[in-house]
Amino acid sequence: MTWIDAVIQGILLGGLYALFACGLSLMFGVMRIINLAHGDLALLATFMVLVISQHLGLSPFAALVIVLPGAAVVGYALQYAMFNPSLRGGELSPLLATFGLSVVIGNMLLEVFSPDTHSLSAGALTTASWHITSQISISALSAVIFGAAVLVLGGLQLLLSYTQLGRAMRATADDARTAELVGINAKRVYAIATAIALATAALAGTFFGMRSSFDPTLGPSQLIFAFEAVVIGGLGSLWGTLVGGILLGVAQTVGAQAFGAEWAIVSGNVLFLLVLAFRSQGIFAAREAHQ
Amino acid sequence: MSLLEVRDLEVRHGLLQAVRGVSFALEEGDTLALVGANGAGKSTLLRAIAGGHRPSRGQIVFGDRDIIRLPAYKRVALGMGLVPEGRHLFPSLTVEENLVVAERPGYWTLDGVLEAFPMLAPRRKSRAAVLSGGERQATAIGRALMTNPRLLLLDEVSLGLAPVAVEDLYRSLRTVIERGATVLLVEQDLGRAMALCQRVACMLEGRLVLEGHSGELTREQVTEAYFGLRRAGIEVGSREGSQ
Ligand SMILES: Nc1ncnc2c1ncn2[C@@H]1O[C@H](COP(=O)(O)OP(=O)(O)O)[C@@H](O)[C@H]1O
Ligand SMILES: [Mg+2]
Repeated sequence: MTWIDAVIQGILLGGLYALFACGLSLMFGVMRIINLAHGDLALLATFMVLVISQHLGLSPFAALVIVLPGAAVVGYALQYAMFNPSLRGGELSPLLATFGLSVVIGNMLLEVFSPDTHSLSAGALTTASWHITSQISISALSAVIFGAAVLVLGGLQLLLSYTQLGRAMRATADDARTAELVGINAKRVYAIATAIALATAALAGTFFGMRSSFDPTLGPSQLIFAFEAVVIGGLGSLWGTLVGGILLGVAQTVGAQAFGAEWAIVSGNVLFLLVLAFRSQGIFAAREAHQ
Repeated sequence: MSLLEVRDLEVRHGLLQAVRGVSFALEEGDTLALVGANGAGKSTLLRAIAGGHRPSRGQIVFGDRDIIRLPAYKRVALGMGLVPEGRHLFPSLTVEENLVVAERPGYWTLDGVLEAFPMLAPRRKSRAAVLSGGERQATAIGRALMTNPRLLLLDEVSLGLAPVAVEDLYRSLRTVIERGATVLLVEQDLGRAMALCQRVACMLEGRLVLEGHSGELTREQVTEAYFGLRRAGIEVGSREGSQ
């Protein structure tokens, strides 16, 4: 029974990883940028939610009403101010730009918030849970996070598949120069992709802060979990990213169950390395090769 | 007033001057065939007009605006439609998505394009990556039509196609032209080009060396200009000072 519980907790945790990962996947898919600042940007949003909820006496969920649009605006502006210019400088410069941004945000958070740990209170959700058997229980917060992750990833997949904006994103991802020749403003498409990516990162960061305590140094580790979920699931498919997140979560909880809590992260990393070694295109990589 | 006026245009690829002081004008409803040997600069000229390549000198006036500084996507909004050399479809999109992604309000709609290019109808849901050459070319033309351009720029649309596919394509193009489209067509097949378009122009080593009405030029005149024999009846030269 405890094994089943481990798997269930892993699946629920995996939803959060997938939510972290989808913005990373979107930015890479649309403009081939690996955003090394993804984890720090998510953590920045977590701290914004903390500040707003403390100063205005709001619940973190209410603070999201301000922080999510704020993250989208920051993403849009960041794309025009920083990433679009860096894309002209070859393959390495976007990577360096996002790395620099990651360092700056990490240090700024340390400066302002000191290395203390903080947490966000999700109110009654934190303690509510369903006991399915004496050994298996599902916390309400985990269920809400998982549900939100499925909705966000599913919604994004629908947006990409069936809307004019989604078609423009896929066309720009295929060939940005030709996209411009058929009337698509590629830079604007990029900016919208980054806006969406940062909003999803902000949501993931906030859920993360509700689940566990956090401090300003955690950005890079969140980036790594997101990155592992993307790679395990395979690039180019958001459903793959969801499954990748879930597999990572299950590997961590089952590993912890089998070998002890300190083995959780290692087990996830081992799965990641196995996928890299034996199926480097990811488990659900988009199948059709280009041309 | 001309729909398109190109004045003294110069376009470079690095040190190479691919287009050297080209000037010409197109009136609304004109159809102009641009011929010339490989490497003459035809594709470079078309890309520069569409905004895919920035000229180093000259003017491009479209409607009543100088568009030389406008990015390509804004030129599309003004009514410029390019079918680029090599088709450049979006491979992961379906035929239908390749068409709809370019859609702008106007005469041409998805249904209209599928009617004008009947071969595409059964392929609507296929990814562009798996199409045959003729189907790709039809999709590329249809995609440009979906932007409802005032000026259609076509670059070697029959290149690499089987003769039957070329027949089909030209039949469809004729219906497009009969609808009053203004067309600038690059074509290697001289006979076909002269049969489809009212005017012919010939490029040689980056310059426009001959221009005239299809009915008034003989194939010999055009062929001589094409190979740079410079015995053509109506020499245009670089047209400098011909204003
Ligand atoms: N992307 C490019 N980079 C460098 N040189 C180019 C490029 N495209 C074309 N050229 C050169 O420019 C000249 C004109 O080419 P192009 O416009 O393709 O001619 P055409 O379409 O008439 O065959 C040729 O000498 C060609 O080699
Ligand atoms: Mg060419």
